[in-house]
Amino acid sequence: MVYEAGAPFSCSSRHSMIDIVLFSLLGESMGSASSMLTQYDIEEVQEYCDHLFSQQEIVSLYERFCQLDRNAKGFISADEFLSVPEFAMNPLSQWLLKMVDGLNFKDFVAFLSTFSAKASAQHKIELIFKMYDSDCNGKVSFNDIMKVLRDLSGPFMSDDQREQVLIRVLKEAGYTKESYLTVDDFFKVFGNSNIKMEVEVPVD
Amino acid sequence: MKTLAMDAAGKLISSSYELDLYRPNIEDYLPSGSSINEPHGELRLRDLLDISPTLTEAAGAIVDDSFTRCFKSIPPEFWNWNIYLFPLWCFGVLVRYLILFPARVLILTIGWIIFLSSFIPVHLLLKGHDTLRRKLERLLVELICCFFVASWTGVVNYHGPRPSIRPKQVYVANHTSMIDFIVLQQMTAFAVIMQKHPGWVGLLQSTILESVGCIWFNRTEAKDREIVARKLRDRVQGADNNPLLIFPEGTCVNNHYTVMFKKGAFELGCMVCPIAIKYNKIFADAFWNSRKQSFTMHLLQLMTSWAVVCDVWYLEPQTLKPGETAIEFAERLYASALII
Repeated sequence: MVYEAGAPFSCSSRHSMIDIVLFSLLGESMGSASSMLTQYDIEEVQEYCDHLFSQQEIVSLYERFCQLDRNAKGFISADEFLSVPEFAMNPLSQWLLKMVDGLNFKDFVAFLSTFSAKASAQHKIELIFKMYDSDCNGKVSFNDIMKVLRDLSGPFMSDDQREQVLIRVLKEAGYTKESYLTVDDFFKVFGNSNIKMEVEVPVD
Repeated sequence: MKTLAMDAAGKLISSSYELDLYRPNIEDYLPSGSSINEPHGELRLRDLLDISPTLTEAAGAIVDDSFTRCFKSIPPEFWNWNIYLFPLWCFGVLVRYLILFPARVLILTIGWIIFLSSFIPVHLLLKGHDTLRRKLERLLVELICCFFVASWTGVVNYHGPRPSIRPKQVYVANHTSMIDFIVLQQMTAFAVIMQKHPGWVGLLQSTILESVGCIWFNRTEAKDREIVARKLRDRVQGADNNPLLIFPEGTCVNNHYTVMFKKGAFELGCMVCPIAIKYNKIFADAFWNSRKQSFTMHLLQLMTSWAVVCDVWYLEPQTLKPGETAIEFAERLYASALII
């Protein structure tokens, strides 16, 4: 899409300016959010996510946000996320929903900035830690890991089998069933290996 | 037109969602027999805890997914921000709203008056003479659709042989807007299978379209599907009924992409005649984004555009080849529609 500088960034569907004026005179609503994102807004959001996204990417993300947020409420609700079939099918969707449900645009971008190519490995490991630490007490227990594993491996394994594998693997790394892993433990475990967790924001 | 895939249950498959091959599979490391404490292979805590591939896919779906893309209205580029074109465009707006629109409303009103004054007597008085009544009702429905199309200055080019009334045949078409149905109905009266809508459209559905033999379904009822499937089968067998028209995509798509057909239409065991409808976007964007607009607004928007230009291709009827499943049949038809 080509926009000249200063032209409104609109995520409304096909309606020209006069049509919008006339229809609002007729007292009927257009039903779409033609809200504008100013240069100032973009810079503020960019600051908030530590410049991990370029300005064009933020504009694309805004269009995507407006597309998902159907009633222009300012945040995306859980069922709107689940209306994306590829998201609903993902085994970790419920876990992610806890983190993204009800976010406004700034926080939405901040969340997604972890998936930017420029984000540090530390940032990504912290997100993985937060996924496991569902009760947000700063510690990941054996049961926390089991819960996530259960969703990931689904019906392919029984709980006993999962427990056995996990106990063995923990032992190998020097932990026991009763250990609690902190975020520093996670850093140690992941070490210097490359975490490949990147998402490309389509910019047309 | 581009495509997506739907599997047998009608759910979308994202082709990138496969088990990662470079990540050690946890199931391979199940202990065998009693040697639980022996370290097996390369599975380490790091690999077990690493949920990054799955997270990446989920985030990728949040940022962009192919299914939602089919329902996005493609916004036009602003071409009139220019000192020469802008006044011309303003003049065009005045013509559209002040001259064309009232004229069209007038045509539509006249059409409705003629239709209702003929339909109601025919419906009530000829209760005993079923064949005659049906024939007349069919003609009248075609007439009102002609009026509708005229009210948007519809220019429709039909290509291919016109549909005929024969048993054991089903028509399938792609779906851009509710007006697809009207455009097709103008030429031949079809019986459609539709979602029951609220409001004045629902009223229309239960009175007038009932006479053409339409079948209703309610997406929210689970049992409804079986009832409808049975009705469909009975309808197709009958020789005297209007030809049945099904929109296999199930919903309005923006005419740039087609969503893969649901296989229901192809399981009825009869000849399938595909119809492809393509709208010319220069004059009006016929895509009805039902999530964003009500049907009334959509109609008003069409009536204030210059014209609705579309092409309708009646394609060659196909039957299920021996040994082909319903899904393969759907894919084959889908491929022939893609050529348009």
